[in-house]
Amino acid sequence: MNVQNSINERIQHIVDSNDVVLFMKGIAKIPQCGFSAKVAQILNVIGANYKDINVLEDSDIREGIKTFSNWPTIPQLYVKGEFVGGCDIVREMYEQGELQDLFEQKGLSIKSNKTKI
Amino acid sequence: MTIQDDIKTKLVVSLQPLHLEVINESGAHSGHRSSPETGESHFRVTVVSEHFYGLSHLQRHRMVNEFLTKDLFNKVHALTLSTYDPSEYYDVKVASKVQTL
Repeated sequence: MNVQNSINERIQHIVDSNDVVLFMKGIAKIPQCGFSAKVAQILNVIGANYKDINVLEDSDIREGIKTFSNWPTIPQLYVKGEFVGGCDIVREMYEQGELQDLFEQKGLSIKSNKTKI
Repeated sequence: MTIQDDIKTKLVVSLQPLHLEVINESGAHSGHRSSPETGESHFRVTVVSEHFYGLSHLQRHRMVNEFLTKDLFNKVHALTLSTYDPSEYYDVKVASKVQTL
Protein backbone atom coordinates (compact mmCIF):
# COMPACT_ATOMS: atom_id res chain seq x y z
CA MET A 1 0.00 0.00 0.00
CA ASN A 2 1.47 3.38 -0.87
CA VAL A 3 1.64 6.28 1.54
CA GLN A 4 -1.25 8.28 0.08
CA ASN A 5 -3.48 5.20 0.28
CA SER A 6 -2.84 4.73 3.97
CA ILE A 7 -3.40 8.45 4.63
CA ASN A 8 -6.61 8.27 2.61
CA GLU A 9 -7.73 5.40 4.81
CA ARG A 10 -6.98 7.35 7.96
CA ILE A 11 -8.91 10.38 6.66
CA GLN A 12 -11.77 8.19 5.46
CA HIS A 13 -11.97 6.68 8.92
CA ILE A 14 -12.10 10.16 10.51
CA VAL A 15 -14.91 11.41 8.26
CA ASP A 16 -16.82 8.14 8.61
CA SER A 17 -16.72 8.09 12.38
CA ASN A 18 -17.82 11.72 12.96
CA ASP A 19 -20.96 13.42 11.65
CA VAL A 20 -19.24 16.77 11.22
CA VAL A 21 -15.49 17.18 10.84
CA LEU A 22 -13.55 20.40 10.43
CA PHE A 23 -9.97 20.03 9.24
CA MET A 24 -8.40 23.26 10.41
CA LYS A 25 -5.25 25.04 11.47
CA GLY A 26 -5.31 25.03 15.26
CA ILE A 27 -8.17 23.77 17.38
CA ALA A 28 -11.72 25.09 17.54
CA LYS A 29 -11.04 27.01 20.74
CA ILE A 30 -7.71 28.40 19.55
CA PRO A 31 -7.63 28.64 15.75
CA GLN A 32 -4.26 29.46 14.20
CA CYS A 33 -5.58 30.95 10.97
CA GLY A 34 -8.28 33.49 10.16
CA PHE A 35 -10.03 31.26 7.65
CA SER A 36 -10.17 28.32 10.04
CA ALA A 37 -11.39 30.68 12.76
CA LYS A 38 -14.23 31.89 10.56
CA VAL A 39 -15.56 28.40 9.84
CA ALA A 40 -15.30 27.44 13.50
CA GLN A 41 -17.16 30.64 14.39
CA ILE A 42 -19.96 29.86 11.94
CA LEU A 43 -20.32 26.30 13.26
CA ASN A 44 -20.42 27.64 16.80
CA VAL A 45 -23.08 30.20 15.91
CA ILE A 46 -25.38 27.65 14.32
CA GLY A 47 -24.73 25.39 17.29
CA ALA A 48 -23.31 22.44 15.38
CA ASN A 49 -21.41 19.69 17.16
CA TYR A 50 -18.20 19.00 15.31
CA LYS A 51 -14.89 17.25 15.55
CA ASP A 52 -11.94 19.56 14.99
CA ILE A 53 -8.81 18.08 13.46
CA ASN A 54 -5.69 20.22 13.80
CA VAL A 55 -3.69 19.69 10.61
CA LEU A 56 -0.74 21.60 12.06
CA GLU A 57 -0.16 18.65 14.37
CA ASP A 58 -0.10 16.10 11.59
CA SER A 59 1.74 16.91 8.38
CA ASP A 60 0.49 13.68 6.73
CA ILE A 61 -3.09 14.82 7.15
CA ARG A 62 -2.23 18.42 6.29
CA GLU A 63 -1.02 17.40 2.83
CA GLY A 64 -3.14 14.26 2.48
CA ILE A 65 -6.46 16.02 2.96
CA LYS A 66 -5.77 18.19 -0.10
CA THR A 67 -5.47 15.13 -2.31
CA PHE A 68 -8.29 13.31 -0.54
CA SER A 69 -10.75 16.15 -1.18
CA ASN A 70 -9.15 17.44 -4.38
CA TRP A 71 -9.18 20.83 -2.69
CA PRO A 72 -6.10 23.04 -2.42
CA THR A 73 -6.61 24.78 0.92
CA ILE A 74 -7.47 24.37 4.59
CA PRO A 75 -9.96 24.61 6.35
CA GLN A 76 -12.16 21.86 4.95
CA LEU A 77 -15.57 20.90 6.25
CA TYR A 78 -17.12 17.43 6.02
CA VAL A 79 -20.71 16.65 6.91
CA LYS A 80 -21.82 13.00 7.05
CA GLY A 81 -18.82 11.93 5.04
CA GLU A 82 -19.42 14.48 2.31
CA PHE A 83 -17.06 17.34 1.47
CA VAL A 84 -18.91 20.65 1.85
CA GLY A 85 -16.15 23.11 1.05
CA GLY A 86 -13.66 25.59 2.40
CA CYS A 87 -14.08 28.88 4.19
CA ASP A 88 -15.71 30.87 1.38
CA ILE A 89 -18.22 28.17 0.53
CA VAL A 90 -19.19 27.66 4.15
CA ARG A 91 -19.56 31.45 4.52
CA GLU A 92 -21.68 31.76 1.37
CA MET A 93 -23.86 28.83 2.39
CA TYR A 94 -24.26 30.20 5.90
CA GLU A 95 -25.23 33.67 4.67
CA GLN A 96 -27.88 32.18 2.41
CA GLY A 97 -29.20 29.75 5.02
CA GLU A 98 -28.07 26.76 2.96
CA LEU A 99 -25.67 25.48 5.58
CA GLN A 100 -28.41 25.34 8.19
CA ASP A 101 -30.64 23.55 5.65
CA LEU A 102 -27.89 21.02 4.96
CA PHE A 103 -27.54 20.16 8.65
CA GLU A 104 -31.28 19.76 8.98
CA GLN A 105 -31.52 17.59 5.87
CA LYS A 106 -28.81 15.34 7.27
CA GLY A 107 -30.73 15.08 10.53
CA LEU A 108 -28.14 16.94 12.58
CA SER A 109 -29.31 19.15 15.37
CA ILE A 110 -28.39 22.81 15.38
CA LYS A 111 -29.55 25.39 17.85
CA SER A 112 -30.50 28.36 15.75
CA ASN A 113 -32.05 28.55 12.39
CA LYS A 114 -31.10 31.52 10.28
CA THR A 115 -29.56 34.04 12.60
CA LYS A 116 -26.88 36.28 11.24
CA ILE A 117 -23.68 36.80 13.15
CA MET B 1 2.50 40.14 -15.54
CA THR B 2 1.47 40.64 -11.91
CA ILE B 3 -0.39 37.87 -10.14
CA GLN B 4 -3.41 40.17 -9.97
CA ASP B 5 -3.41 40.54 -13.77
CA ASP B 6 -2.82 36.83 -14.19
CA ILE B 7 -5.91 36.04 -12.09
CA LYS B 8 -7.96 38.58 -14.04
CA THR B 9 -6.86 37.29 -17.43
CA LYS B 10 -7.47 33.65 -16.57
CA LEU B 11 -10.97 34.36 -15.26
CA VAL B 12 -11.96 36.69 -18.12
CA VAL B 13 -10.95 34.09 -20.68
CA SER B 14 -12.55 31.14 -18.93
CA LEU B 15 -15.73 32.62 -17.43
CA GLN B 16 -16.55 35.70 -19.54
CA PRO B 17 -17.65 37.44 -16.33
CA LEU B 18 -20.31 40.15 -16.29
CA HIS B 19 -18.54 41.53 -13.27
CA LEU B 20 -15.08 40.78 -11.93
CA GLU B 21 -13.18 42.26 -9.04
CA VAL B 22 -9.69 41.16 -8.10
CA ILE B 23 -8.45 43.06 -5.09
CA ASN B 24 -4.93 42.71 -3.74
CA GLU B 25 -5.25 42.70 0.04
CA SER B 26 -1.68 41.69 0.74
CA GLY B 27 -0.90 44.99 2.46
CA ALA B 28 -3.44 44.23 5.17
CA HIS B 29 -1.58 41.02 6.03
CA SER B 30 1.92 42.42 5.93
CA GLY B 31 3.84 41.63 9.09
CA HIS B 32 1.73 38.60 9.94
CA ARG B 33 3.75 35.61 10.98
CA SER B 34 2.63 33.45 8.07
CA SER B 35 2.66 36.18 5.43
CA PRO B 36 5.09 35.46 2.59
CA GLU B 37 5.68 39.25 2.26
CA THR B 38 5.72 39.10 -1.52
CA GLY B 39 3.24 41.96 -1.87
CA GLU B 40 1.12 39.56 -3.91
CA SER B 41 -0.01 36.97 -1.43
CA HIS B 42 -3.62 37.76 -0.46
CA PHE B 43 -6.44 38.37 -2.93
CA ARG B 44 -10.18 38.90 -2.79
CA VAL B 45 -12.04 37.84 -5.92
CA THR B 46 -15.69 38.48 -6.76
CA VAL B 47 -16.89 36.97 -10.01
CA VAL B 48 -20.31 37.06 -11.67
CA SER B 49 -20.80 34.70 -14.58
CA GLU B 50 -23.58 33.04 -16.52
CA HIS B 51 -21.54 29.85 -16.36
CA PHE B 52 -22.50 29.55 -12.68
CA TYR B 53 -26.21 29.05 -13.31
CA GLY B 54 -27.43 25.83 -11.74
CA LEU B 55 -24.14 25.00 -10.06
CA SER B 56 -23.56 24.56 -6.33
CA HIS B 57 -21.05 26.74 -4.52
CA LEU B 58 -18.68 23.79 -4.39
CA GLN B 59 -18.91 23.20 -8.15
CA ARG B 60 -18.29 26.90 -8.85
CA HIS B 61 -15.28 27.11 -6.60
CA ARG B 62 -13.82 23.91 -8.04
CA MET B 63 -14.29 25.44 -11.50
CA VAL B 64 -12.49 28.65 -10.54
CA ASN B 65 -9.69 26.73 -8.82
CA GLU B 66 -9.17 24.73 -11.98
CA PHE B 67 -9.10 27.80 -14.22
CA LEU B 68 -6.64 29.58 -11.97
CA THR B 69 -4.31 26.57 -12.22
CA LYS B 70 -2.16 24.91 -9.63
CA ASP B 71 0.84 26.93 -10.67
CA LEU B 72 -0.84 30.21 -9.79
CA PHE B 73 -2.27 28.75 -6.59
CA ASN B 74 1.17 27.86 -5.38
CA LYS B 75 2.19 31.51 -5.53
CA VAL B 76 -0.85 32.78 -3.63
CA HIS B 77 -1.10 32.41 0.12
CA ALA B 78 -4.80 33.21 0.47
CA LEU B 79 -7.66 33.82 -1.91
CA THR B 80 -11.13 34.81 -0.80
CA LEU B 81 -13.66 33.94 -3.45
CA SER B 82 -17.30 34.97 -3.93
CA THR B 83 -19.23 33.56 -6.87
CA TYR B 84 -22.62 34.68 -8.19
CA ASP B 85 -24.75 33.94 -11.20
CA PRO B 86 -26.24 37.13 -12.71
CA SER B 87 -29.62 36.83 -10.99
CA GLU B 88 -28.07 36.20 -7.57
CA TYR B 89 -25.79 39.16 -8.07
CA TYR B 90 -28.72 41.34 -9.07
CA ASP B 91 -30.58 40.29 -5.90
CA VAL B 92 -27.55 41.01 -3.80
CA LYS B 93 -27.02 44.41 -5.37
CA VAL B 94 -30.65 45.39 -5.03
CA ALA B 95 -30.96 44.34 -1.43
CA SER B 96 -27.36 45.29 -0.63
CA LYS B 97 -27.37 42.40 1.72
CA VAL B 98 -23.92 40.98 1.15
CA GLN B 99 -22.89 40.33 4.71
CA THR B 100 -19.27 39.93 5.43
CA LEU B 101 -18.47 38.03 8.55
